[in-house]
Amino acid sequence: MSGGDGDIVQFDNVGLRYGAGREVLSDVSFTLYPGSFYFLTGASGAGKTSLLRLLYLAQRPSRGAIRMFGTDVITLARRRLPAFRRRIGVVFQDFRLVPHLSAYDNVALPLRVSGMRESELERPVTDMLEWVGLADRADARPATLSGGEQQRVAIARAVIARPDMLVADEPTGNVDPEMALKLLRLFEALNRLGTTVVVATHDVHLLKKVPESLIMRLDKGRLSDPTGALRYPPRRPLARLEESEA
Amino acid sequence: MNWPFRRERATRLLPQARFAGPMPWVIAIMIALTTIAAAGGLALANLADAARAELSGGITVQIVEADSAERDRQAEIAVSLLSNAGGIEAVRRVPDEELAALVEPWLGEGGAAGEAVPVPALLDVRLAGPVTPQRLDALRAMLGHPAPAARIDAQAGWLAPVFSAIASLQWLALGLVLLLAATSAGAVWLAARSALGTNRETIEVVHLLGGTDQQIARVFQRSIGMDALLGGVAGLALGITAVLLIARRFAALGSGMVAGGGLAWQDWLLIGAIPLAGVLIAMLTARITVLAALRRML
Repeated sequence: MSGGDGDIVQFDNVGLRYGAGREVLSDVSFTLYPGSFYFLTGASGAGKTSLLRLLYLAQRPSRGAIRMFGTDVITLARRRLPAFRRRIGVVFQDFRLVPHLSAYDNVALPLRVSGMRESELERPVTDMLEWVGLADRADARPATLSGGEQQRVAIARAVIARPDMLVADEPTGNVDPEMALKLLRLFEALNRLGTTVVVATHDVHLLKKVPESLIMRLDKGRLSDPTGALRYPPRRPLARLEESEA
Repeated sequence: MNWPFRRERATRLLPQARFAGPMPWVIAIMIALTTIAAAGGLALANLADAARAELSGGITVQIVEADSAERDRQAEIAVSLLSNAGGIEAVRRVPDEELAALVEPWLGEGGAAGEAVPVPALLDVRLAGPVTPQRLDALRAMLGHPAPAARIDAQAGWLAPVFSAIASLQWLALGLVLLLAATSAGAVWLAARSALGTNRETIEVVHLLGGTDQQIARVFQRSIGMDALLGGVAGLALGITAVLLIARRFAALGSGMVAGGGLAWQDWLLIGAIPLAGVLIAMLTARITVLAALRRML
């Protein structure tokens, strides 16, 4: 199966097993298109986090083919991976903030990694911290932040570099409903700018908040796609892109 | 290309223990020992050079004759012939009092004055240029008939075993310096691996944010380089203090031979470069260790 024009990610019969254990993902095939919004759902242990790890290039699959941004990432040279990773924003379930860096420095990390000058990054970092309501906590270390605050720092870090694809693992798990909605609106705003968003969640109420989203449901490592909708371009997001281009 | 990870903020990606951690102290000890070993080696080299320069043109003529009158006669002839020969800078007969003082530890007071144990007459001769076997043969031929009791020896030859021992000590000092450099590299290797383990989570996050191996290695090498610089400066101060104290003790001996073993300004420059070499070794070791470890990660 070759990559179609304009697709961000294409999985084809992907399987993943850790060591000699059973496959945690089996025959997973789907295509993610630019400007699409996906929810990844499934029970605990269904393989959501493993699928996300493949999406943010933390793991190579045991079998199958994965193309990202038009390139086969299975055979991609290791030295070329960083350039691909910079196009992907990640919100980890356990936040994974650097413990001895301040909230400001954690959020600035992707910009520093990509080579932005200190003088240029102050404004976007400050704006982003303000947006997630943490402007007054810029100098705080993660250990002094609450779970919700840490999650907001993690989200700010994931989106600050305006990635082509945002992958979020339970991003609203530790915040109140009001903040959850606010963060979802941030994801939608990014999505409208063309970022493909994949949000793993078990919160069924969240799914209803983004009516244009597509649902990817994992069950015991297998992707439920009875209509094949996840293998073909969604109509509405692409139409919206075409409108914006016009 | 802009490299923000070269700046101070990048170094902060790793927790900085500095003197609270063991690394600067380990490096300080290594640099102090290296400084002492290097200073010792250099001082020995200077001592050997000074002794060689002093003895290179020196020969000793002994008139080994039991009869004191005949001994004096041959000594005078030898002095006369040598003084008039070409290629000779100075000829001095060692006075009897000086000879008596030299042999006093073995023969006792006045031992050289009597005839019971005849002591040879000694001539200290300084040639223009180095002593060669050909020149020695020519002098032996010149003195052979008029002063048959004359025995001619190059002064450097007497000290050959001493020079050999000094050379061995120099090699030992060099070996110690190399061993300490290797040990320092080993300590840095262990420290870098430990830091990699401790900061594995941070490294993985930086990787997933698009950080390259080079960027991460640079952070580690800067951090360890800073530790090495702090430790190096402390170690150099410690080492130089020890060297100066030892030098003062040797200077107090007042021995002519030891006096040649001082350190020249070039030697001090070399010693001053030891911490810099330590920093370079530490940074290079950290870089190689970290890059090798990162290559095992995706």
